[in-house]
Amino acid sequence: MPLEKKEFKPKIVAFCCNWCSYAGADLAGSSRLTYPADVKIIRVPCSCRVNPMFILRAFEKGADGVIMCGCHPGDCHYSTGNYYARRRMTLLFSMLDYIGVESGRTRVEWVSAAEGVKFSETMNSFVEKIYSLGENVRLGDLRCKN
Amino acid sequence: MYKIAKENLSALFRLIAETYGLYLPVKKAGQTNFAAWSEDAEVDLMTLKTVKSAKDAFFPQSESLYTVKKEGKKMSVEPEALKEQNFVVFGMKACDVRGLEVLDKVFLSEPVDTFYAARRDHGTVVALACHEPEETCFCKVFGVDAANPASDVACFPAGEELYWEALTEKGEALTEAVKSLLAETDEADGVSVEAEKDAIHRMIEKLPYMNLSLEGWNGDVLSEKFDSPLWEELYKPCLACGTCTFVCPTCQCYDIKDYTAGNSVSRYRCWDSCMYSDFTMMAHGNNRTSQMQRFRQRFMHKLVYYPANNDGMYSCTGCGRCVEKCPSALNIVKVIKAFQNQGGEK
Amino acid sequence: MQELINRAKELLADGTVARVLGWKAGDLPYNPEPAYFETAEALEDFVYNGFCGANLSKYMIEASKMEGKTMVCLKPCDTYSFMQLIKEHRVDREKAYIAGVGCKGKLDIEKIRARGIRGIESIEGAELTDDAETLKIQTIYGEKSLAYADGMLERCHVCKGKEHVIFDEQIGESKETKDAERFGEVERIESLSPEEKFSYFQSELGKCIRCNACRNVCPACSCRKCVFDSNKFDSSQKANVDSFEEKMFHIIRAFHVAGRCTDCGECSRVCPQGIPLHLFNRKFIKDIDELYGEYQAGADIDSKAPLTDYTFEDAEPSIVGKRG
Repeated sequence: MPLEKKEFKPKIVAFCCNWCSYAGADLAGSSRLTYPADVKIIRVPCSCRVNPMFILRAFEKGADGVIMCGCHPGDCHYSTGNYYARRRMTLLFSMLDYIGVESGRTRVEWVSAAEGVKFSETMNSFVEKIYSLGENVRLGDLRCKN
Repeated sequence: MYKIAKENLSALFRLIAETYGLYLPVKKAGQTNFAAWSEDAEVDLMTLKTVKSAKDAFFPQSESLYTVKKEGKKMSVEPEALKEQNFVVFGMKACDVRGLEVLDKVFLSEPVDTFYAARRDHGTVVALACHEPEETCFCKVFGVDAANPASDVACFPAGEELYWEALTEKGEALTEAVKSLLAETDEADGVSVEAEKDAIHRMIEKLPYMNLSLEGWNGDVLSEKFDSPLWEELYKPCLACGTCTFVCPTCQCYDIKDYTAGNSVSRYRCWDSCMYSDFTMMAHGNNRTSQMQRFRQRFMHKLVYYPANNDGMYSCTGCGRCVEKCPSALNIVKVIKAFQNQGGEK
Repeated sequence: MQELINRAKELLADGTVARVLGWKAGDLPYNPEPAYFETAEALEDFVYNGFCGANLSKYMIEASKMEGKTMVCLKPCDTYSFMQLIKEHRVDREKAYIAGVGCKGKLDIEKIRARGIRGIESIEGAELTDDAETLKIQTIYGEKSLAYADGMLERCHVCKGKEHVIFDEQIGESKETKDAERFGEVERIESLSPEEKFSYFQSELGKCIRCNACRNVCPACSCRKCVFDSNKFDSSQKANVDSFEEKMFHIIRAFHVAGRCTDCGECSRVCPQGIPLHLFNRKFIKDIDELYGEYQAGADIDSKAPLTDYTFEDAEPSIVGKRG
């Protein structure tokens, strides 16, 4: 294959909780709202299921940005899951920022099942942010690059 | 014998790096380890012992063996190329050179480890005499002469000069390549080299571990040592970390693992440590189930199994890195001494 | 030290304890090893001096499974770790007789070596009873001296205080050795640009040899099987194969002990490559203090750990970018 400089196409992983955000994505789809195809959604039972390791693994395998969506605080299907997730992600993102991974590459948004518009807007703005940050070179495994 | 002024060493490194790969002790974030030379690398020849030994240059902590790639429905296997470029490892010490001898017996006997053999073929070792030996050194116990490293080129720092003596064909070839920077020596130089060697030998006699005796450790004492109740006592402070193994110049056990990277899988090998619970893990589980057994393995291997298979040569060079680095202050010297004391009492 | 030995002998003799967990004199002036003593004769090798930095709380996990009580020598900061282990049900309080031993700051042989001191024959001034502020070090290359404070472990410069948070009896005097800000270095790094932060951690973590000493010595790392030791887990737990794995390991390890780490500093003490691993733990501690209220792990038995607790008003993760 001839070497040519490819245009930057970000890889973005979105962890969406089954009860709110994934349904929000569904609604966005059925309402014919758009969001970039760079976003790959991974459905999780609850935002609390997202282990910090998931986020790091996503970066390892080549993600340029990782976003986690869950029910609004107070609305968790399991009552309290997103409260724990919120603390965890705050600390983890702070740590990533501390070791020099730009804080724009990680985000948490609360998206309910009724917020198709918010889902679409969130993804659009996050993708835009990642485009402006460019490729993630600080937290990936080189073996995954080719 | 030739000589070069110490202040010209950076010119020497630059010249070597023109035709050879060059690895030497480099200080990075406060610690000195062998690393590839570059113009802005902070070369540190003052530190007697690098944290890790120079083993990495010949047997890296991890190296890829082959990669399986998937493209569409096609699969291809790409073996890792063997080392083809000549390289120089500068600044090894006599104990690390002995470490290579130990590795040679393992990797160069049948079946030959081609990755290691290629590196050995292409590598030239320039060793330094140990200017100021430290209290953790006990190489003399294993018959290593810190003042006369048995390498391709032996270097002796004395005063403002570094004396250079080629000992093998590879060493001669390297000497030819850098001759423009080397100066001839005369009798007075010979005297100062001998004086430096004498000084090293005198200092070595003062070291606390010099009288360590290896009596009772050989290939024939397997059952006696293996069944000793002492191990039950000795292993207790051990934290089961791999520090001793990874800083050791002779530990040669490795593990082979796969890494999945989406469209490819790379098979690589990495150093293993007998202190780890997954060491020699097999389908049926593990044949060493307690930390005592794993701890015993390390010392039995170095002082009994290895000599049994290699004409009495011990798989320890007395570099003392484990003495310096063990988090629980355990080490091979304490083990040897514990067995001696027990011999004296009973 | 003699007081400690006498007391240990008494407790062994009257059957209160079955063994003593302390330190055994090493074969060099600075390498005592953690050890169990079961008889009065064995206690002849007992030593307690400035080089007894090891936190013995971790050994109590194993000792809790042994028959009878163990007298364990804990320094003030070690007692925090022990308390935390009780809280997590990893040690048995009933199996321990805690001798709260005095401490005037522990020494770091690496710091002494970093001064170019080599060929050490003897060290004077490391004994606990000695009031001398200087270490006199006899080497084969001549006599050297060093201020005690200059040879101290990093953790002792941010000493948590001389109080034992849990003990059965206190033996010996302690001295607070704090002379630096606990979060000073963390704040310095926080103020750097992303590029500088990254290159700092890249060069520090690039040294990691994956020996796992930091994990194995850590009293908070008490999982029976670590996720990084699982062979079903796609990780290079033994190899520093690429720049990613080390970061993954150290971030996850620090995260797993976040809110449980007492900041005992053992990880940094044992790292053969001198990586300042405490900077990860302290970053979490600092964030927890700022966002969820001050919290010292191991200071008490019943408080809820910050990561198993929440409030409705907790800060949103977006605060990370806003704090700058």
